[in-house]
Amino acid sequence: MFSYYIKLGWLSIRRNPILSILMVSAIAVGIGACMTVLTVNYLMSSNPIPHKSDQLFYVQVDSWDANGFDENTEPVDQLTYIDATNLMKAGKAFRQVASNRSGLVLEPSNEDERPFLVDARTTHADFFPMFDLPFLYGSGWDKSADDAQEQVVVLSREINERVFGGEDSVGKRVTMDGMNFRVVGVIDEWLPVPKFYDVTNGAFNLPEDVYIPFSVGVANQLSRNGNTNCWKEPDGEGFEAFLAGECVWIQFWAELRNEQEKEAYMSFLNAYAEEQKALGRFPRPLNNRLRNVMEWMEHQEVVEEDAQVMLWLSMLFLLVCLLNTIGLLLAKFLGKAGDIGLRRALGATKGTLFTQHLIESAMIGLAGGILGLFLTWLGLQGVQHLFGEFLTNLAEMDWVMVLTAIGLAIVSALLAGLYPTWRACNIAPASQLKSQ
Amino acid sequence: MEIGPIWRALTRNKTGAILIALQIAVTLAIIVNAVAIIQERSRLMARPSGVDEANIFYLSSIGFGDDFNERVTIQEDLDAIRNTPGVVNAIQSNSVPLRGGGWSMGLQTEPGSESESSGVAVYFIDEHGLDTYGLELVAGENFTAGDVNWREPQGVEWPDKVLLTKAMAETLFPDDFMEALGNTVYINGNEPMTVTGIIKQMQAPWNGWNGVERVMLVPQHTLFGSTRYIVRTEPGERDRLMPEIEELLAERSRQRIIRGMTTMEETRERSYQGDAGMVGILMFVVSLLTAITALGIVGLASFSVSRRTRQIGTRRALGASKPAILRYFMTENFLISAIGVVVGAALAIGLNMWMVEAFSLTPLGWYLVPVAMVLLLIVGQVAVLGPARRAASVPPAVATRTI
Repeated sequence: MFSYYIKLGWLSIRRNPILSILMVSAIAVGIGACMTVLTVNYLMSSNPIPHKSDQLFYVQVDSWDANGFDENTEPVDQLTYIDATNLMKAGKAFRQVASNRSGLVLEPSNEDERPFLVDARTTHADFFPMFDLPFLYGSGWDKSADDAQEQVVVLSREINERVFGGEDSVGKRVTMDGMNFRVVGVIDEWLPVPKFYDVTNGAFNLPEDVYIPFSVGVANQLSRNGNTNCWKEPDGEGFEAFLAGECVWIQFWAELRNEQEKEAYMSFLNAYAEEQKALGRFPRPLNNRLRNVMEWMEHQEVVEEDAQVMLWLSMLFLLVCLLNTIGLLLAKFLGKAGDIGLRRALGATKGTLFTQHLIESAMIGLAGGILGLFLTWLGLQGVQHLFGEFLTNLAEMDWVMVLTAIGLAIVSALLAGLYPTWRACNIAPASQLKSQ
Repeated sequence: MEIGPIWRALTRNKTGAILIALQIAVTLAIIVNAVAIIQERSRLMARPSGVDEANIFYLSSIGFGDDFNERVTIQEDLDAIRNTPGVVNAIQSNSVPLRGGGWSMGLQTEPGSESESSGVAVYFIDEHGLDTYGLELVAGENFTAGDVNWREPQGVEWPDKVLLTKAMAETLFPDDFMEALGNTVYINGNEPMTVTGIIKQMQAPWNGWNGVERVMLVPQHTLFGSTRYIVRTEPGERDRLMPEIEELLAERSRQRIIRGMTTMEETRERSYQGDAGMVGILMFVVSLLTAITALGIVGLASFSVSRRTRQIGTRRALGASKPAILRYFMTENFLISAIGVVVGAALAIGLNMWMVEAFSLTPLGWYLVPVAMVLLLIVGQVAVLGPARRAASVPPAVATRTI
């Protein structure tokens, strides 16, 4: 029966090609607009590390100025050097890393090649297992390298390609900023979207080119390429004074495997804040935070407001397209009143007619969905063209989005077809026969 | 006019009419709000940065190696750039308007950490700064070479003199910005600086900041390892000079990297890329939506014409003129559209109130809703014209035929 209905639907669609094309396009355009925006929103708000996002916590301790504080004030979004060092030293979490964005001048061993600048992340040994970085060769460094300020480096795949032609470079040397680093690992393709571990410096930036120990960065006074905020000027000149000052520039993450560990860590943070208060720092009331990955993304409003406005507008857009489709379907089904009346008079039940017309609607929906997918792809190209590099990682469809698009199209078409179908089934058999 | 009978005919077969009216209503709500957003973004994008955008470009120089002498390099670089034919002037500065990254501090009129301070963007310049950026001095005087000193990395010393934009002067001295001139302002709570001049206008590096015109200019060279040169050229010379200056700097030393050469125009484009993208999408949405609604009207009107072919034929046979038939369908569409735009006006205002609340958008301009209402009524009339003309051309003889 089902295949017979499909055949009937196909015949009916072919009978009014213009009306059918209008309906399919209306659905397709609505789906295309909605899915384009939805895809961007979905990628912006996607979970970059799903299997452990609820075990990774962004640590905020409030070292900020007491001026202008009220109970809704959020703690500052990064840590001072003093606090990052103290929390690292305490080591109360299962894993913990402090990290910072920096830049280095890499001098290729080949004299003919000009030195170039690489984005660097200074961090701790736990960074690699904590954020599950995939390694192509070698691995991260040991904790002992952190303490000994060993000049070791983990390269990104691209940099390894550029400097070593893509071969296994573990054990080889690279000169950066005049220092001689030993390669311990090369990571494979790794592109967390959003770049959750450093939202402060751009949630949709690319990961860094090289990773080196945090202690090496500090000991050599490497430049900071990220956001630095101070609420009071350091006491005195120079790097030492800066480190000892109230400037925040470090992101700190802790891995806490369960609720108990989290609670214990929170009490540790609060005790730490009290301790600092006793030393004359932390002028604000107790105001520390532990947020897991998704909570942190939400709090930092990683999904742009523009994207949300667009999402609402695109939903309304889809609504217009559906209203359009309902009208056209209604026109179409009522136009078949004669047929329907005849079939009813010949004994077709309302149920069979209902199924038949819903199937026809679904077919239109499916066609609209497929065309809509194509329009979504076009839309994403357009959006990428308009917004440029900001959207490079955000304008790709995955299979979840493809299925969502098709599903949305069919559900929309069925919803749109419901009322016209109901009207069509209620055509009285006699009234149509009389006029024939 | 036959509004009475048309209306009664409509109420007897209202589903199609309701659908069209609803579609027009939602379309109006979207269009009005989209246009409001477009207007707001265009206004933001049209704000001048205060500098001579057409003729400025900038690039960074990053020195490395132990024997790299930054101070000497900067002085020699600036001399070399300024002596290049076609260059108007050049300075070392930390950032440029709209670049995104920069430096900010707080200024206050009373010393002490208890006093309220106002955020201000900081540009480090020397006595060539005003000329290089193309800034206009409203009052006071420019820095002299003697005012300019060198700031070490992690240095905390601020010079004695400072220039403020008019907007910053107004923030600190709300009664009369001219009061700022010669007055002392405090940076870092209690370090005094004398305001020696007021600049008409200059934007901060962040276009989204609510204090975007609050800027201070400080007479200092910076020794931060990575430096940025701002170059202003004669009109029309910029594109020729960009590679030349890059080459000139790269040749002068192997111990540095020259990168990030960018024009002010590119900087503006990048800075407003999100806004420009939003404007583009919304314009596309507005036109597409209008087209869809128009097509919907065409589709439904055609349907209703074909369904009423016999009825029309009968009317024609009874003496109705072609224009009368045309008028019938136009009036019918006008009634439906009118209901649609009235409901749409309410929807548009409601949607806007909600968006103002949720996304802090600016409220609608008063004229947007009426203009959109009239436009959609016209679109409706144009859309229905085709089907209505087809209806009018139905011959009276149809009345005598069976289908």
